[in-house]
Amino acid sequence: MDIPYIVETRPDTGLANGKLGIWLFLASEVMLFGALFSTYIILRVGAPEWPHGELNVWLGAGNTVILISSSVTMVMAWASLKMKDWGKHRLYLMLTVGLALFFLVNKYFEYAEHVRMHELPSHSTFFAIYFTLTGLHGLHILGGVVVMLYFLGPGAKMWKANPDQFTNRIEYTGLYWHFVDLVWIFLFPVLYLL
Amino acid sequence: MDNVTTHGSVAHGHAHEHAAHHELGFWRKYVFSVDHKVIGIQYAVTGLLFLLFGFTLMMIMRWQMAYPGRPIPLIGMWLGQDRAPMGVMLPEFYNQLGAMHGTIMVFLGVVPLAVGGFGNFVMPLQIGAPDMAFPKLNMMSYWVYFIGGVTMLASFFPTGGAAQSGWTSYPPLAVIAPGQTMWLVGMIFLITSSLLGSVNFIVTIVQLRAKGLTWMRLPFFVWAQLVTAFLLLLAFPPLEAAGVLQLMDRVAGTSFFMPSGLVVSGKPLMISGNGNPLLWQHLFWFLAHPEVYVLILPAFGIISEIIANNTRKPLWGYKTLVYAVVFLGFMSFIVWAHHMFMTGMGTTMSAFFQTTTMIISIPSVIVLTALLLSLWGASIRFNPPMLFALAFLPMFAIGGLTGLPLGLAPSDIHLHDTYYVIGHFHYVVAPGTIFALFGGVYYWFPKATGKKMNELLGYVHFWGSFICINLVFMPMFIQGLGGMNRRMYDGGAQYAHNAGLLKWNLVIGFAAWSLGLFQIPFIINFFSSIKWGKAVDKNPWEATTLEWSAPSPPGHGNFLTEPVVYRGPYEYSVPGAARDFSPQFEA
Amino acid sequence: MSDSSDIKSHLGKYWMIGAALLVFTGITVAANQLHLVVPLAITVALVIAITKGSMVAAVFMHLSHEKKWIYGSLILTVVFFIVLMTIPFLTINDTIGTPIHVSAPEHTGH
Repeated sequence: MDIPYIVETRPDTGLANGKLGIWLFLASEVMLFGALFSTYIILRVGAPEWPHGELNVWLGAGNTVILISSSVTMVMAWASLKMKDWGKHRLYLMLTVGLALFFLVNKYFEYAEHVRMHELPSHSTFFAIYFTLTGLHGLHILGGVVVMLYFLGPGAKMWKANPDQFTNRIEYTGLYWHFVDLVWIFLFPVLYLL
Repeated sequence: MDNVTTHGSVAHGHAHEHAAHHELGFWRKYVFSVDHKVIGIQYAVTGLLFLLFGFTLMMIMRWQMAYPGRPIPLIGMWLGQDRAPMGVMLPEFYNQLGAMHGTIMVFLGVVPLAVGGFGNFVMPLQIGAPDMAFPKLNMMSYWVYFIGGVTMLASFFPTGGAAQSGWTSYPPLAVIAPGQTMWLVGMIFLITSSLLGSVNFIVTIVQLRAKGLTWMRLPFFVWAQLVTAFLLLLAFPPLEAAGVLQLMDRVAGTSFFMPSGLVVSGKPLMISGNGNPLLWQHLFWFLAHPEVYVLILPAFGIISEIIANNTRKPLWGYKTLVYAVVFLGFMSFIVWAHHMFMTGMGTTMSAFFQTTTMIISIPSVIVLTALLLSLWGASIRFNPPMLFALAFLPMFAIGGLTGLPLGLAPSDIHLHDTYYVIGHFHYVVAPGTIFALFGGVYYWFPKATGKKMNELLGYVHFWGSFICINLVFMPMFIQGLGGMNRRMYDGGAQYAHNAGLLKWNLVIGFAAWSLGLFQIPFIINFFSSIKWGKAVDKNPWEATTLEWSAPSPPGHGNFLTEPVVYRGPYEYSVPGAARDFSPQFEA
Repeated sequence: MSDSSDIKSHLGKYWMIGAALLVFTGITVAANQLHLVVPLAITVALVIAITKGSMVAAVFMHLSHEKKWIYGSLILTVVFFIVLMTIPFLTINDTIGTPIHVSAPEHTGH
């Protein structure tokens, strides 16, 4: 017996295994970042004063634009597969990886500037939570890049053997990627603007 | 032979099995296997070994409690100068043993055995699935757990030793004390493993149920595993976050949990401050209270299977059990701060948590009552698994009922951090959950190996353990009610109120070491039965659930033909039926 | 979920949502330049973030039409997320007597 519902959906739930799996994983991620946001609220309300304007709003806004664009290219990479347009899929997926790397480079310069100014995590509660939240988010970006590179490289072989399954995998990668984007949509105002 | 299979499909099944077996070498078949049964056994054996190790730590602690300051016999001289010079235990080492006993028993012993072991092995069989939904992820869960376990064990060896701040790791102490960094790294691995596992469990139960296996036909064990998986999925991430924050506090010098103005050993601590130690307690107990139910729900599941099978009648109130366990899971997320009544909590929130705590005791009592009523009027088969299941009921009842005074702030203020608390939660987890796990080992051993465990050794194991474990934990209620504090490396000899209570430590000590001796029959039984046990057919207990329709042990892919479910899980002694059991898999 | 012709009709929507997200990013940065009072600034920024987040979830992540098991799991998650955001905060701020950080500055100054 083979494991059923890898590609086709189970009639009574209407789902393939991976779809439910990735959503459950994202549910746990919501709780992970939820705990960190909860930490942020408690520390901020408990602090005698909270710094403003420590971060470069333009770098943060730039990274927001980059991540939102990468979300659009990601959904296009999946939609192209649905339309059996392999070339466009490759192009959009590469663009997504490119934007993700661009984001990380930006983040690197931002971090380097803080380190140069001796604004390390041990400097204050604000920088502690800033480095922890953005660092963890950055690791998620890096994880996404690794997965996408796999689907650009060795993982791409599956398109020939089992196009439907490959399309599903890109869809799940996309769900993860949009979630990482979504987290940043909240991180940006919380850390840079407020 | 089999009532469902036709000859053609049997031949097909065998052919498939052989093809699969020839492809795999030793490493892929037994070590880096993706088969849920092999992974389940890996989890179970690793979990049992960790239980033994965690228990050994406790036996060493009990020597110190019974005979404070006397050299530890047998192993004392090998523990080293920084742990036990001349064999006499140092307070720091006592603290390490305490912290690691708790951590190992909960995160490396009971949960991996109950969820990783039984869940992995039994659940896919009971729902008629060929494997877990994501076999590679399943293998990864095990190996991430394994790395976490090795990290925890290795943490004893560097200078300063293992974590010493209790399994709860409260800051500021945990941020300052040595050994904590490896504990945190180990925990992050263990949590990641649990998260991967819980995703896999939920998807498997939702997606891979056999044809005809509707929700209200699921064995109760599967329900328990489903609720458990949701608890792990949603409660563990906050502790992972908290673990990262505490790691930052230790490694990067942040002050998430460190308040301003701390003075350590007479010197002010040079940190940025403004952190909140209570924040850790919230994030920790946000997991650790649901974790209590992670420990107990699979045990409910196991003993329900055993009780239905050995009473030869349906479980009393199956649907009530299901609704109770779902409600229990939900409520377990909003009771956590009853561990924190002593933190200066105001009356409003204290009232909230007392109320939710009292509410959550209702479904627990419903479960216990339903299982107790299931015994009514039955002609019970008293075999080893059933003895453990029967013992579970009063033991869990004692553990549960002694919890009520702890859930109410006025009585908790007196009992907090005393041996009463230790007695309470050990009654739930040790003669409760661990007895259920032993029962499960005896019950499903024939399915995993094709051999039955020896009954005589089983009786010796049960009665010895049952008597000793009560002698270990019952005196703790006396000590705790008298005000004896936990976590004192000499039992708190300097306090006058402990004077009449310390003598119980001798009773507890001897009971604990005897309890250790009574595990030897089990260990012998476990290994010798694999080779010399009585060979059995696919359904030795004449049970009704799907796992008993697969061969013992089941081959790759589990079932010879696709299983179809025709009825509810516990149709025993159906009036008019030819036999006293009507399996789910027979039309 | 849908075949290729169905997807084609969605493409425009994806680009539109992407553009809307960028516009909202601009608005939230612009609002920040106004230097509103803190409670108002937090409200504005969070309302915009929630709007953007909902758009990503509903359209890019197809949550506007999903199956009941996914909705069910997410509703459960949201409930516990809200618990996690509110109850620790409420509990920490509900103390017996006066919280230390309120009374401390009076005695010690800075």
